[in-house]
Amino acid sequence: MKLLFEKSVTGRKSDYLPNCDVPVFELSSSLLREKDALLPELSENDLSRHYSALERRAYGVNNGFYPLGSCTMKYNPKINEKTAALPGFAEIHPLQPRSTVQGCIEVLSDMEKMLCEITGMDAMTFQPAAGAHGEFTGMLLIKKYHEKRGEGKIRTKVIIPDSSHGTNPATAVMCGMTVISIPSGSDGCVDLEKLREAVGGDTAGLMLTNPNTLGIFDRNILEITKIVHDAGGLCYYDGANLNAVMGVIRPGDMGFDCVHLNLHKTFATPHGGGGPGSGAVGCKAFLAPYLPKPQTVCDDGRFSFKTDCPDSIGKVKAFYGNFAVMVRAFTYVLTLGCEGIPEAAEHAVLSANYLKKRLSEKYTMAFDGICMHEFVMTLEKEAKEKNVSALDIAKALLDRGIHPPTMYFPLIVHEALMAEPTETEGKETLDEAADIFLAVYDEAMKDPEKMHLMPLNTPVQRPDEVEAARSPRLRWKPDVQ
Amino acid sequence: MNTPKNLKYSKTHEWVEFTGEGTAKVGLTDFAQQKMGKLVFVNLPMVGDELSPGEPFGDVESVKAVSDVISPVDGTVEEVNEDLLDAPGMINDDPYGTWLVKVSGVSSSDDLMTAEEYEAFCAEEE
Amino acid sequence: MRHYISITEAQKKEMLDAIGLHSAAEMYADAPSELIRKSALDIPRGMSELETLRAVEAIAAKNKVFPTIFRGAGAYRHYIPAIVPAVVSKETFVTAYTPYQSEISQGILQSIFEYQTMICELTGMDVSNASVYDGATAAAEAAAMCRDRKRTKTLISAAANPDVIETVKTYCWGANAEVSLIPSKDGVTDMDALRGMLDETVACVYIAQPNYYGMLEDAAAIGQTVHGAGAKFVMGVNPIAAALLKTPAECGADVAVGEGQPLGMPLSFGGPYLGFMAATAAMMRKLPGRIVGETTDSEGNRAFVLTLQAREQHIRREKASSNICSNEALCAMTAAVYMAAMGPDGMKDVAVQCLSKAHYMASAISSVKGFSLRRKGEFFHEFVTECPIEPDKVMSALEEKGILGGLPLADGGILWCATEMNTKSEIDSLVNILREVSSK
Repeated sequence: MKLLFEKSVTGRKSDYLPNCDVPVFELSSSLLREKDALLPELSENDLSRHYSALERRAYGVNNGFYPLGSCTMKYNPKINEKTAALPGFAEIHPLQPRSTVQGCIEVLSDMEKMLCEITGMDAMTFQPAAGAHGEFTGMLLIKKYHEKRGEGKIRTKVIIPDSSHGTNPATAVMCGMTVISIPSGSDGCVDLEKLREAVGGDTAGLMLTNPNTLGIFDRNILEITKIVHDAGGLCYYDGANLNAVMGVIRPGDMGFDCVHLNLHKTFATPHGGGGPGSGAVGCKAFLAPYLPKPQTVCDDGRFSFKTDCPDSIGKVKAFYGNFAVMVRAFTYVLTLGCEGIPEAAEHAVLSANYLKKRLSEKYTMAFDGICMHEFVMTLEKEAKEKNVSALDIAKALLDRGIHPPTMYFPLIVHEALMAEPTETEGKETLDEAADIFLAVYDEAMKDPEKMHLMPLNTPVQRPDEVEAARSPRLRWKPDVQ
Repeated sequence: MNTPKNLKYSKTHEWVEFTGEGTAKVGLTDFAQQKMGKLVFVNLPMVGDELSPGEPFGDVESVKAVSDVISPVDGTVEEVNEDLLDAPGMINDDPYGTWLVKVSGVSSSDDLMTAEEYEAFCAEEE
Repeated sequence: MRHYISITEAQKKEMLDAIGLHSAAEMYADAPSELIRKSALDIPRGMSELETLRAVEAIAAKNKVFPTIFRGAGAYRHYIPAIVPAVVSKETFVTAYTPYQSEISQGILQSIFEYQTMICELTGMDVSNASVYDGATAAAEAAAMCRDRKRTKTLISAAANPDVIETVKTYCWGANAEVSLIPSKDGVTDMDALRGMLDETVACVYIAQPNYYGMLEDAAAIGQTVHGAGAKFVMGVNPIAAALLKTPAECGADVAVGEGQPLGMPLSFGGPYLGFMAATAAMMRKLPGRIVGETTDSEGNRAFVLTLQAREQHIRREKASSNICSNEALCAMTAAVYMAAMGPDGMKDVAVQCLSKAHYMASAISSVKGFSLRRKGEFFHEFVTECPIEPDKVMSALEEKGILGGLPLADGGILWCATEMNTKSEIDSLVNILREVSSK
């Protein structure tokens, strides 16, 4: 398929704007760029067709089953798009006078209250633009806490299980800390002995998600947070897996001091092909003074921002966060309400367990028993005996019109496939998907060689990623005449 | 396995060729390049960097993974193989003929294995 | 269907039977029973879609939509052609995940590749990433890119956007790296002061073009000075101005960053916006975030993939230079559609109209007694004037007429902005109101 630049024809112009109604001002030529930007020239018709063609070469939740473990690809309600686009939100300049943005600050304030209730926290910020950004913010709160107590130079170690998402250790390093990776026990959970060995006077904190990245709820969680607290460290909750427990179990009750949420996972805001997201960060009252500024204030129905926050970590982004994403999440929480939130979590766990049961017929599970909202299969045996890898199964699923599960994560399981169906899939969809998974398995066992050629029905087949990394071509270039 | 007898080997799959008067060449073994798969980039140290036995001095990247290269010796980096910046695949094609760094002032090294010992070590790792 | 769940009660029973459980509560058996909530959450009950819509609309109605805006300061109101929201609201683009499975994501990958190309063209740089959160975080990430073992200090112009300065400070504090402000003089970065601050510990220098006060910096001269001291030059640019002004590449920048919101994104009370980052070929492997590359597939067809992934957190983990995972993908697509719709002529036209209207406005406002232009020197589409009375009185008078005036600054001045959206008659009305309110 051609690129926009390859469809461009010189001489096409647009007329979106009227002519300039004031005298044209000219800057001195020494300030001007020498060469114009080479942008495509297309009629609106051609531009529109181009993006429609691109859309046909993409796969969204609206196209089919999307069991990407750890991503929570639940249905994105359309009413959320409508509320985010209301002119009363979309047309508001972030620096308008307080009295003219009472509705915006109300959304931030109400959402803070509701999410604090769901997570067991006391205060929240919506400034981070994504989960990883939220992790950074949360860990900065912990860094500030230790600094204020004069232990900033001593407490520099962050304990992270080896099953964690890659953003966790990367975040710790961005906060000037070093990572102590602790191996998970044979049940995928935190090894308490190893944790006790790892904590000490140099512990800044622990980063953990529960349920963990294997989809298992760590039953020792209260002991885990106690061990870290007793050593003087704080506990950070990676909220990526909140969909399993929201409204049923609260991170604040598990002993966590601060959390981040992925509004674009748990709270149904769409993924947009990679973003924008929103990484709300909640914390207990003792960490609240360190939150980024400004902080929202609700004073008897009047809303405002507090900029005089002497202990704040500063800002992690301009303005207040991805506000339009928040409006979507806000609409979702209002829609679900106090009954709907735990109901969604329970059905997410039900869906996962049902799919796991069905796939257990042929696939080896990393861990047996009841899972939470996601589970991990392993193709380790098949890879050794029949040379069929997790990648092969995933590519075969592409041919069958299903988005594959997450591949090769978590790192502690070899040839991993992590599936998370979410609560918005019907039983028929789960059954159909299970049938396809099982059929693919049979095909793979019968003819492993054929698997290495898949996918065969997609617009491209097994792009050469080695070449792409060895000789990067990262932009289109016009042909040199 | 065709493990050259004139080289010494580390537990982390680097080879060393002692080239006399405290100099040495360091590279990656066939086992290492097979495990990593096709290499796409090599991060090399700078000339003049000091090396310590057992400490990483660079890394190699494949499409989906990164692996530290651990120095088997001490010393100073005299030369880095700049050809690798454009053609990292040389390590895959000819692991024992492709050196990463040339080192001088070598006085100590980690416990190194002979070719036979290394082959036995790899068999156990499988 | 209750709130997007399509499993019926009957199906639920079937599923529990298949799993071998009697009730859904048993699924949480691993969790300590004292953690399981026994009472309902203290949030309102759920609502039907119509009730929810009414509730949210009522809150939105408490905000004031200004028909006329003369305020910028980091968020700008430009005309968004209708084709832009039409394209980026296509359901598949909205609901797709990150294109890790390249075979079924060629559409998304290609759109990012096209965006990367346009950013390179706009800035003149060699490579661009697929976006970061906003202009402020882009500046902070650029500062991180430039740090090495010996040089760790960041110098940032005091004339930059205060939110950018604050964000860079926070990121540098996080990394235990030093950051210092370069003082400004006559509304632009003080070159003498800069020279005095450059030493062998400085990793990079950041300036904004135009700067927060709308003034044009002597970017090429700053770039030369910075390189002369062995440091890297990070240039923040306004993407609308970039169609007209000397590019970061022409000024010798090592990294070009900026806030992409003006490229088709609504104001939306501050987000989601778009951080663009572009660099020289030499800095390519230091860029954070996702990057799309072109390659071929097994049949020899052109194909796009996420590439250079070994830089990123999911592979390098604690050795990654940034933790960024999700970015602003849909906003990057928005920018690409906007730039493609406007085309090279349209982009230039927007820039010329912004420039011209701002100069017309500056001239007109400064003709009102007490509203003199604070600075001499070139500016793009923002400028600062003095204010003879309480700025709040001016703003109230304007607000009554549905006008959002310039931003009152802490030192009593007002930072005005004009874009192609402001008509001559709007500007003339503004000036009349200023004349009226200041003569009382």
